[in-house]
Amino acid sequence: MKVVKSLQIAIVAIAASCLALSASAQDNTLLGAGSTFVNPLFSKIFADYAAKTNVKVNYQSIGSGGGILQLTNKTVDFGGSDAPLNAEQAKKIGVPVLHVPMASGAVVITYNIPGVTAALNLTGKDIADIYLGKITKWNSPEIAATNKGVKLPDLGIVVVHRSDGSGTSYIFTDYLTKVNADWASKVGKATAVNWPAGLGGKGNDGVSGLVKQTPGAIGYVELIYALQNKMGFANIQNKSGKYITPSLESTTTASNVELPPNAEVSLTNTDAPKGYPISSFTWALIYKEQNYGDRSAARAKMLLQLLWYNIHDGQKNCVPLNYAPLSKSAVKVAEAILKSATYNGKAIL
Amino acid sequence: MLFFAFSFLLSAFRANIFITMSVKNKRLDLSYSQMKWETIFKRILIVMSVVMLLLVIGTLATLIVKSMPTIKSLGIGYLWGKIWDPVNNVYGARPFLIGTLLTSFTAIIISTPFSYAVAIYLGEYNTKGWLSNLLKNTVELIAAVPSIIYGFWAFFVLVPVVRTFEAKIGVAPYGVGVFSASLVLAVMVIPYAASLGTSLIRMVPSPLKEGAYALGATRFEVIRSVILPFTRSGLFAGILLSLGRALGETMAVTILIGNTSAIGNTFKDVFFGPGNTMASVIANEFSEADHDLYYSALIELGLVLFFVTVIINLIGKKIITKYTNK
Repeated sequence: MKVVKSLQIAIVAIAASCLALSASAQDNTLLGAGSTFVNPLFSKIFADYAAKTNVKVNYQSIGSGGGILQLTNKTVDFGGSDAPLNAEQAKKIGVPVLHVPMASGAVVITYNIPGVTAALNLTGKDIADIYLGKITKWNSPEIAATNKGVKLPDLGIVVVHRSDGSGTSYIFTDYLTKVNADWASKVGKATAVNWPAGLGGKGNDGVSGLVKQTPGAIGYVELIYALQNKMGFANIQNKSGKYITPSLESTTTASNVELPPNAEVSLTNTDAPKGYPISSFTWALIYKEQNYGDRSAARAKMLLQLLWYNIHDGQKNCVPLNYAPLSKSAVKVAEAILKSATYNGKAIL
Repeated sequence: MLFFAFSFLLSAFRANIFITMSVKNKRLDLSYSQMKWETIFKRILIVMSVVMLLLVIGTLATLIVKSMPTIKSLGIGYLWGKIWDPVNNVYGARPFLIGTLLTSFTAIIISTPFSYAVAIYLGEYNTKGWLSNLLKNTVELIAAVPSIIYGFWAFFVLVPVVRTFEAKIGVAPYGVGVFSASLVLAVMVIPYAASLGTSLIRMVPSPLKEGAYALGATRFEVIRSVILPFTRSGLFAGILLSLGRALGETMAVTILIGNTSAIGNTFKDVFFGPGNTMASVIANEFSEADHDLYYSALIELGLVLFFVTVIINLIGKKIITKYTNK
């Protein structure tokens, strides 16, 4: 009997605690989710912001796809994404979504050629041909032509790409689509594509591990990752014909161009003369009309003030963490976008 | 589930009040409460088993429902399609089916001699003592190590060795591929068959073995003619357990398999070259599947993996019943 009674009490207790735990989000905590790329930067910015204004931000780095899904389900205040919404995602959300650029990142080409320590000069078309499987040896005429003075061995090229879906792959394939018509028709651009050749590594560390271990390998990783792990990378020819060394400065310069007002632009193959051609924004996504669900005007204002801080004072956290800060024209466009967010049709900021 | 348990317990409580209000007979009270406990216990067991069944059926139903878009648009051709192209929405599971089956069966072929050897040694030759305990615990430790550690260890230690081996036999020296993944899978699945086999061999009744020894059989002859036929179905069930583990292994395989859907033409190219398995593809691409058809193609891949596992288990059980009813 005692056992039965204690079981009953236990069941009632569990039911009561389940009801109590389903409390809604607290009033001074904003919720965000999405890109893993921007997670270290966001952690630092949000920690500083909480110390300054007592507004906490809970950001879960579940990947760009996850962030967009949570924004669609209206469980978060903002999503972080390395790629703008595609047509299907935009249709699912149904209402306008603002893309606010937060920082820039770049993708570098790293390689492992025994005996070659200099930074190679590569054109976009050649990189695409390598990834298509058309150029198969390091001493082929195309690569030798752009690298006079470097002794390239007669070694087969081992292509390494990402095996998981990722924003880095999106940026890379977006660039290849722009510079090589063959790639555009055969493969296309996406977070995961049908790679014509090569091995897949999981994550930036998988790709860099494979490249480091395999003589003759070529792979693409994020700039931050390459800088932190002191990897050698290639100079890529940009649209103006110059060979640009990937760095934080050249990545920021890539966004110093005429940007469309909605900032849903791809920065790859940028027009900026000194910009690195494989760069991209990372965006924070918010609903344009902030009165949805049962959001209060105060919460909407808190969110917009947070994002305003991100694009101004928050930018000083970028360089120490190896992110490329927004250029001046990018900040101007981001300000205009934030000012266009409304609550019940009225501007908030 | 909570509501069901709560209401059931409430009715049991009410039944108890009714009984104590009637004629007081201590002996009768005791046996009534015992009977009530028996019923409660049996019902709890039934409820839990039904929940298990519902979970499996629910998983299958969810898989089928969520993969309906690709089932409708690609049909049965999905199973032998060679191309996996998320950009043009052309999906085919053949490279991954081949990769999964090839790695799992190769792992079983490599690991079976080892697991049988360990089982026979621990079950027959050295059943007690410090060496036996050490060996048994070490084999069980192999199963306890997380699979991602095997993946990373193999990536840094095994892959360079396999690369020099591949250079020697004349295939493309990638290092990663079906061969490396099979080797590591073989190591990972040894404990399942070995532990089961050890327990079964130790349970062979002594009179059987002593009878054989009395007739002049050597140790090897006793193992071959008495112990192995007795434990045959159990040992095979251990192999099935290992195979089930190998089919579903994700993390170690995804680091070592090379992750490409373009498989070679000759057997040598396929076996020593890179490949991909169903579990590895799902783990890699699921979180960034950004359009519905891609998402449902991955879920359909999960459905195919589910059916492959079920079919292999059914075939295995059929083989076992055929053996024990001989």
